[in-house]
Amino acid sequence: MKARHLLTTIGMAALMLSSGAAYAQSKMTVGFSQVGSESGWRAAETKVSKIEAEKRGIDLKISDAQQKQENQIRAVRSFIAQGVDAIFIAPVVSTGWDSVLKEAKDAKIPVVLLDRSIETKDDSLYLTAVTSDTVYEGKVAGEWLAKETGGKCNVVELQGTVGSSPAINRKKGFDQVVAANPGMKIIRTQSGDFTRTKGKEVMESFIKAEGGGKNICAVYAHNDDMAIGAIQAIKEAGLKPGKDIKVVSIDAVPDIFKAMADGEANVTVELTPNMAGPAFDALLAFKKDGKQPPKWIQTESKVYTPETAQAEYEKRKDLY
Amino acid sequence: MSSVIQASAPRTLPKGLPQVAALLIVFLVNWLVFRDFFALRLQDGRLFGSLIDVLNRGAPVAILALGMTLVIATRGIDLSVGAVMAIAGATAAALTAEGYPLPVALAAAAGVGLACGLWNGILVAVLEIQPFVATLILMVAGRGFAQLITEGQIITFVSDGFAAIGSGSFLMLPMAVMIALVMLLITHLVVRYTALGLFIEAIGANVRSSAYAGVGTKAVTIAVYMWCSLCAAIAGLIVTADIRGADANNAGLWLELDAILAVVVGGTSLFGGRFSLVLAVIGALIIQAMNTGILLSGYPPEYNLIVKAIVVLAVLLAQSPVLTAVRAVLRRKA
Repeated sequence: MKARHLLTTIGMAALMLSSGAAYAQSKMTVGFSQVGSESGWRAAETKVSKIEAEKRGIDLKISDAQQKQENQIRAVRSFIAQGVDAIFIAPVVSTGWDSVLKEAKDAKIPVVLLDRSIETKDDSLYLTAVTSDTVYEGKVAGEWLAKETGGKCNVVELQGTVGSSPAINRKKGFDQVVAANPGMKIIRTQSGDFTRTKGKEVMESFIKAEGGGKNICAVYAHNDDMAIGAIQAIKEAGLKPGKDIKVVSIDAVPDIFKAMADGEANVTVELTPNMAGPAFDALLAFKKDGKQPPKWIQTESKVYTPETAQAEYEKRKDLY
Repeated sequence: MSSVIQASAPRTLPKGLPQVAALLIVFLVNWLVFRDFFALRLQDGRLFGSLIDVLNRGAPVAILALGMTLVIATRGIDLSVGAVMAIAGATAAALTAEGYPLPVALAAAAGVGLACGLWNGILVAVLEIQPFVATLILMVAGRGFAQLITEGQIITFVSDGFAAIGSGSFLMLPMAVMIALVMLLITHLVVRYTALGLFIEAIGANVRSSAYAGVGTKAVTIAVYMWCSLCAAIAGLIVTADIRGADANNAGLWLELDAILAVVVGGTSLFGGRFSLVLAVIGALIIQAMNTGILLSGYPPEYNLIVKAIVVLAVLLAQSPVLTAVRAVLRRKA
């Protein structure tokens, strides 16, 4: 039962807190101000961070900001007061960090930004930023499709939330490939709000608008969840997802691997939830012999296809 | 009570005309941007076409609007329906994924819905907290509660029976449409063939004089909020079954606003009193027909909300008492 899970988690958290206090002297302590739990990916990122910290014998204190910057600033201040060895921030917004980061700098506590960067004039305020390149993700997805179809394909696009930076960038990257391939065309594009329900609804209308789906060669979704919704819409229209209409998406959440294993999706580009791993490595190297890491550590955008889907699903299902 | 009875003033448009006309106009516009809008075919034993999409996608908001109409008729409001959808969906999906039989999962979801309604009803009727604030509590806390059930993940399940609620069909119509029709019928029978409908309108018109007149205002109000939450739970089951997974972060998100909009477009006043269930359902269909039309038209998604706002404004203007009076004056002069 989920409820029992919850109790064990609380119990474990209590244990970890008490043991953390006992070992505080011998272990390195890192405070992590997490955005919140707005998506499955975010929950996975938190979980992976804990695992990566444990691997390296680091005591990780996680603070949930519930999508509010003021909570994050408060968390950072309390980490400074506790005298942690380093602070990780997954910033909810990109501005307004200068003064609190200055406080951390004055306390000589290095700060690492995870999965999103910030806008600041003084980039000595943070040690490094570990993020993915969302434009590149869109480009990789487009390149796979261009290669697969010989550069000839009518694509319908399911955009993320209008105005959000991953939606803008994943569209930009894909559009670069479309511009380079005259045979490739985006025939319809609409927002599916990054959700399964909207992805399904928008795909239903695309299929009807394009002659029952006959004109559509592939669907490109800005995240896996919309692709999973689209797969159901394609099936309900009596077509075969993955064959009649190819399914291309980004994120690499477990359920898309399940769909790929069933032959219903073709490819996904990974947005790794492991931002903390590279951050810990950079931090440990910095602490050991003062080695300055680059200002931007870009995570890998790996392409996954059905061949490895079953194995990847098994690997990931417990993280999400 | 008298204000309730002598309500149909002369010179107003026939009741329901603005709504029906608006729906037909939206359909017409949809047909203009997409000529196959009315085309229907059979696919796997169910009707398939854009018109069916409007009905199918509009069903959850239509069901929400049924409960919301009654709440608004008592001069209340229920902001928590979207969160209740998420809770009910998460409950049913979690139980199904754990291997519980379908009836247990559905009963648990309905039970959770009724409990949410009881909570809202007690806050509003017994503790006399303003409905807006009272239901805001559950709107915020409820989604967190749903996220606790799902642990922030999308819980997927394998159950053909449960999935059929969202994507199955009955008499060639999508199951969601049939459920909405049955809910409309039940709600209509209960409020119009008993005194309950009259009590609800009386509470909305004047709660104190209703109580003096012997109406059990507290019991009726609690019952209305419970019915509203039950409707929300059913809508939550439909959207969960539709994607075969419970997405606590997004299920029913902002749908309370669509439901309120449907009720208002349907001509029910936010100040309570007279209400119309059928017109609220038509209101929900107008909203969905616009959504579907925008998707079919191929306009960039940045325009979606603007188009929606303009159409809603037009429908509300058609019902505006001031504009109706102006029209009457102009006609007299002419």
